[in-house]
This record gives sequence, C-alpha cells and structure tokens, in this order.
Amino acid sequence: MELPPYATLGQKIWHYTFYFICALIFLFLITPILIIAPLSFNAEPYFSFTEGMMSLDPEAYSMRWYEDILANGMVDPEQPRSWSLFWEWLWMGLSPVHTMPQGFFSDAWENAQWVRAMKNSFFIGFFATLVATVLGTLAAIGLSRSEMPYRGAIMSLLISPLIVPLVITAAGMFYFYSQVGLSQTYIGVILAHAALGTPFVIITVTATLVGFDKSLVRAGASMGAGPAKTFWKIQMPLILPGVVSGGLFAFITSFDEVVAVLFLAGPEHRTIPRQMYSGIREQISPTILAVATILVIISICLLVTMEMLRRRGERLRGIRS
Amino acid sequence: MTDATANQGPDGLLLATDGTPLKAKLRQSMKASRRRAFGLVLPLLLFVLASFVIPIIMLLWTGVSNDTYAANMPRSAPLMRAWDGSSQPTEAMAEAMVLDMIDARKAKTIGKVASRVNREQSGTRSLYTKSARRAAKMEPPFLDALVKADKDWADIETWRATKIAATSLTPAYYAAALDYKYTADGEFVEQDEVRQIHVQLFWKTIWVSGAVMLFCLLLGYPVAYLLSHLPAKKANLLMILVLLPFWTSLLVRTTAWIAMLQSQGVLNDIFVWLGITGDEQRFSLIYNMTGTLIAMTHILLPFMILPIYSVMRAIPPSHVRAAKSLGATNWTAFWRVYFPATIPGIGAGGLLVFILSIGYYITPALVGGQDGQLISNFIAYHMQRSLNWSLAAALGGILLAIVLVLYWLYDRIVGIDNMKLG
Repeated sequence: MELPPYATLGQKIWHYTFYFICALIFLFLITPILIIAPLSFNAEPYFSFTEGMMSLDPEAYSMRWYEDILANGMVDPEQPRSWSLFWEWLWMGLSPVHTMPQGFFSDAWENAQWVRAMKNSFFIGFFATLVATVLGTLAAIGLSRSEMPYRGAIMSLLISPLIVPLVITAAGMFYFYSQVGLSQTYIGVILAHAALGTPFVIITVTATLVGFDKSLVRAGASMGAGPAKTFWKIQMPLILPGVVSGGLFAFITSFDEVVAVLFLAGPEHRTIPRQMYSGIREQISPTILAVATILVIISICLLVTMEMLRRRGERLRGIRS
Repeated sequence: MTDATANQGPDGLLLATDGTPLKAKLRQSMKASRRRAFGLVLPLLLFVLASFVIPIIMLLWTGVSNDTYAANMPRSAPLMRAWDGSSQPTEAMAEAMVLDMIDARKAKTIGKVASRVNREQSGTRSLYTKSARRAAKMEPPFLDALVKADKDWADIETWRATKIAATSLTPAYYAAALDYKYTADGEFVEQDEVRQIHVQLFWKTIWVSGAVMLFCLLLGYPVAYLLSHLPAKKANLLMILVLLPFWTSLLVRTTAWIAMLQSQGVLNDIFVWLGITGDEQRFSLIYNMTGTLIAMTHILLPFMILPIYSVMRAIPPSHVRAAKSLGATNWTAFWRVYFPATIPGIGAGGLLVFILSIGYYITPALVGGQDGQLISNFIAYHMQRSLNWSLAAALGGILLAIVLVLYWLYDRIVGIDNMKLG
C-alpha cells in the first residue's frame, strides 16, 4: 500500500483519507476495551473520568474496586490480612487449600462471590473443555477420512451448536434437562457448554488435518506400529497444536457463556459472566470494570498463546505463509 | 513364488490370497474403514444428539402440543374435543367438567388448567378457580349448577375457549406467534391490532440484523483491505487490534460500551467538552436501539473482517495492475476487477454476522432498554417470566427455521468446511 511517486493530488488526498478512516475504525474496535482499565482505578463510584483523573491526581485513583472484588460476600472484609503468610502459602505452590492462612484469605476463598464465580467458571470450563476436546478430536479425525459416509450432513449437524441461536439452545436444554433432573446442577451446565464448544474443536482440528500427510501414518504402520501407536506417536504430536487451540476455543466459549448459565444454573453455580450479568443489571459499580480489566488481561494471554500455537503448527507441518 | 494364473479365478476374476474375488475383498475393506471412520464420529454424534438436538426437538414439540388440559381434566377433555363448538353445551360436558374440577382441585393442578384456558380467553382463570372451589358441593343438573356458580358458564365463548385448550395438538401457538388467533371452529383470525406484536418483532429483528451486517461491512471492508495490502509484519501487528476484541469476553465488551455510551459516560463527556452538546442535553446513546446497534456492530465486526481478509489475501495483485495497464481508472479497476473477487468473502462474513445477530440475546437485554429488545429476548421472557413455554417454543421454531435456511445458504455458498477461526 505505498503511494507511487507519480500519484496525483487527488490520489494523495484519497490515500491519506483512507488511512484516516481505517485509523478511526481501529479506534472504534479497541477504545472500549482499553478504556475500562483506567476507569477501573477510579476513586469515585462512577463510570467516567473525574476531573482529578484527567489531571493525573494520584488521589483520584485507587485500588478500592479491586479490593471490592474480594470483599463482596465475605463475612468480615475488614479483618487483618497477613500478606506475608499468603505469599508463603502461594510460594509453597502445591500446598492444599485447607492450609491457606486462616482469617481474611480463607474467608475470601470460601465466601467471596467473585471468588466462588471464578471457581465455578474454572470447574465448569475444565470439564466442558475435556469432554468437547476428546469427543471433538475423535470426530474430526473420523470426519477428515475420505471414506466417511454422509460426511456433509454429519458435519453440518455437528457444527450447528455454533449457529443455532443461543436462546433456543438454552431454552431447549432448560426444558429437557429439568425433566431428567439435570437442571440446576453442575452436570447440566457442563453438558451444555461441552455441546457448545465441540464445533470449535472440530473446525480447528479438521483445519490442522488438511495439511496432514497420510503417508506418515502408512510409514509408521509399515515399520510395524499398530494403529494406537501410530496415532499417539505420529498423528497426535502433529495435530496437537490444532487440538490445543480447539480446546482453548472450547474453554473460552464456556468461560464466556452466559445464556445457558442463565437458564440452567442455580444460584450456587454462578460463573463469572453470570455474576457480571447480574452486576450490570442490578447494582452497576466499578467493581465490574475491575473484573473486566482482569478478564482482558486473561484474553491477551490467551491471544498470545494462540498465536504461538498457530506459528508452531505451521512450522511443524512445513507450511510457510 | 506364485505364478500369475494362481491369482485368477475360473471366470478370469482377480482373486485375493484367500481365494475370494479381489473386488469383493476391496469392498469389504472399504466397508470396514467406513465403519472405523464412522465409529470415531459416533461418540460425538450421540453426545450432540442427546445434549443438544433432542432437547431442542422436545422444546419445539411443546410449540404444537400442550396437554396441560388433557392430562389434568381427563373426563372433560375428550367430550370438549368432540363438541362442535356452536351447539348448546350438554349436561354430560358439564358433569365431566365438575368431576374433573373436583379431582384437579384435590391434585392442586387446577391452577395450571386455569392459566391454560386463560391464555385462550382472558378472565377465565378466576372463573375456573372459583368454580373448582365450589365444585364439590354442586349437584345435578351440573350445567345449571355451574351457571349458578358463575354466569360466565352460560356464555358459549367460555366453552369454546375450553375446547381449544382441550385439544393437545394445536396450531394455536404458531398462529399466535404470527399474530393470528386460532378459534374453536378451526379458523385463523387476525389478532386485534394492539396485540399484533410478534410479526413486527420479527421484522425488527431482521431489520436490526441487516443494519448490523451493513455497518460491519462498511467498517470491516476498508480494514480488511488495509490489512491485506500492508507488509506481513505491519499487518500482523494491526491484526492484534482485530483479534483482541474477538477474544475478549462478550460481557466485558458490553460493560465497556455501557461505560462509553451512558449519559455520564466517556463519549458524552467528550461531546460536552468539545461543545457539541450542552451539559444538560446529553445524547441518550444507550438503553435504546442506538446502543444495541453500536454494541452489536462492535462485537460482530471481527466476524466480518476475518473472512473478507482471507479472501482478499488470495487475490493476486497482478489482476488490478492488468486492469490499470489496459486503461482502467483506479475506480474502475477496483469496482470491476477487485471488488467482484471479494464477493465470496463478503458473502461469508455477511451471512455469518447476520446469522449470529438474528439470535442475539445478551447485548440487547443489557443495553437495549425498551425498544432495543429483539425476538430472542421475547423467547427468554416467555420461557422464564410468563412461563408460556408453548408460545416461546413456537417463536423459537420460527426463528430456528429462518436461521436454518441461512445456514443452508451459508453451506451452499461458503461451505462449512471453509469456516475458519482466528
């Protein structure tokens, strides 16, 4: 996109106008996501920049909303906190939860609403991802075989959870699961999220398998490896980047999903998005912005992981862009 | 070791080592590998059927079948169905009604029955609960006893409403979802003007989806063009700006737009500071249709940019150069050569955005206010608040049909295999 030296004035004007328009669109894309970070340090309970913040007065900034994340729902948020004991406990790494320093931290771990939501999100996300990744990877391997019967029809059925409006999916699951006693249980939410996550696993793993050289499997077989061995030793390492990124997609789907949780989960199964949803609806406070900022940081980490996986996958399969 | 004739059968067919014809052997092994491939897919297929397809089918079934009345009023239901809907209600019908009411009151199901009939004619709920309370003391002739309990039983419309409720398999809900009323005579009559809300809502949803698709296209096309024409290093850097919103939680983005758009929010503050508007007359950008449109466009924009980008990257730059060398102006070269080549990307992105936005629920619910509510919000309302599951199922069935047609179109035009992420 470089301007040739012979460009006329009109072309030059158009060229820079185009750049300007694109810059505005990028601004539209990224501003809302970046703006929540400074707003979350607001000392006042507002969603806008106060005058103090504009003049960079340190008094106008505070961590109170981040502390509020923990304080919500705790028995006694004011009790003394011994950070040194907490770091020591964290430093031990694998020490079990019950040896957590008593007082503030165990109270937060047990009772704080957002902490409970986080535990639920990770618990549900982990099992939904596990189910979706295992079943989805197997299916993707089957679907990429040329001899697979009714390939098109089955593929469109398996992708359909991505397409069907979430409210219909959630309503159907709510109706059916409540008849079989699965509504308001972890299992119901996990099943729902697994079903919603499988299309992503199928899409990413199938995409990886397109570049997969089948003669490698044959080579392995000709040297005496059984089907299981060729799968684990040859195929799996090569499609692993696709499997992992599919799993990440499935996890983020579960981690971000709120409609199914709204319909299927009881109050004790609230996840982070569900907690945010009621936070936005009921008592809108900058605590939500603090949580949102943390979530943005998590998604940046995920984005970096995905990009690294993609590059590694392309390198392994010998595709260069 | 083997001579060539040993592998040939009597009629000249090629044989495998075990003596069966090679063709049969090949067919057999093809069958086995087909079965193996299918076996790999089967667990997921069963899982998706059990956890996703069957629930939706069961829900849709309630849209055409509601047996609340038939299940709880077993004596009266068949008689009501057999009644022609215009002659005088018979004593047998009244007797069955009274006996059923006594049972239903004992079983505490009369409330459900009453609200079921009430959906057909408002005001019948109290009529039913009141009559059921007195049913135990009624004596024959029951028809007169009912009328004595409440004079509405003399009104034939009450019985006609009951007749509709007594029919389990009914097109009434789909009719209601399309703003028609299904009468006891089996006719479809248009709803009163003030109660015609659903068709309008469907059109609004389609209109919003179309608008969001158009905005995404207008904003996404230039960005995709820029990204595909920049050197790879710069393009990858800018791509992060597209992918970061894509990876950020929906709730986070919705929250961010509330912070941006509300009347004391960032955007309005900037407007006031710039002097575009006074402090008193801030724009109401959120909790209305504007908010829904802005937030949905932002959320779905990456779904438009990514497919167009991947199509644009595959267009050889020599095509535009060739057009220009043949005398085309910049505009002609773009419009006649470059743009037609990007149409597959526009189709893919546009359909995807349209499909996703037509079923959108969370964003309209949070930033839509009163007039920004779409059909999904109505379905959720009937599922969770008014508990009219059958109407929710009928509305959902129509929405699902629209989405499936678009999905089929997507498959024909783009191909599901070509769906890419990130």
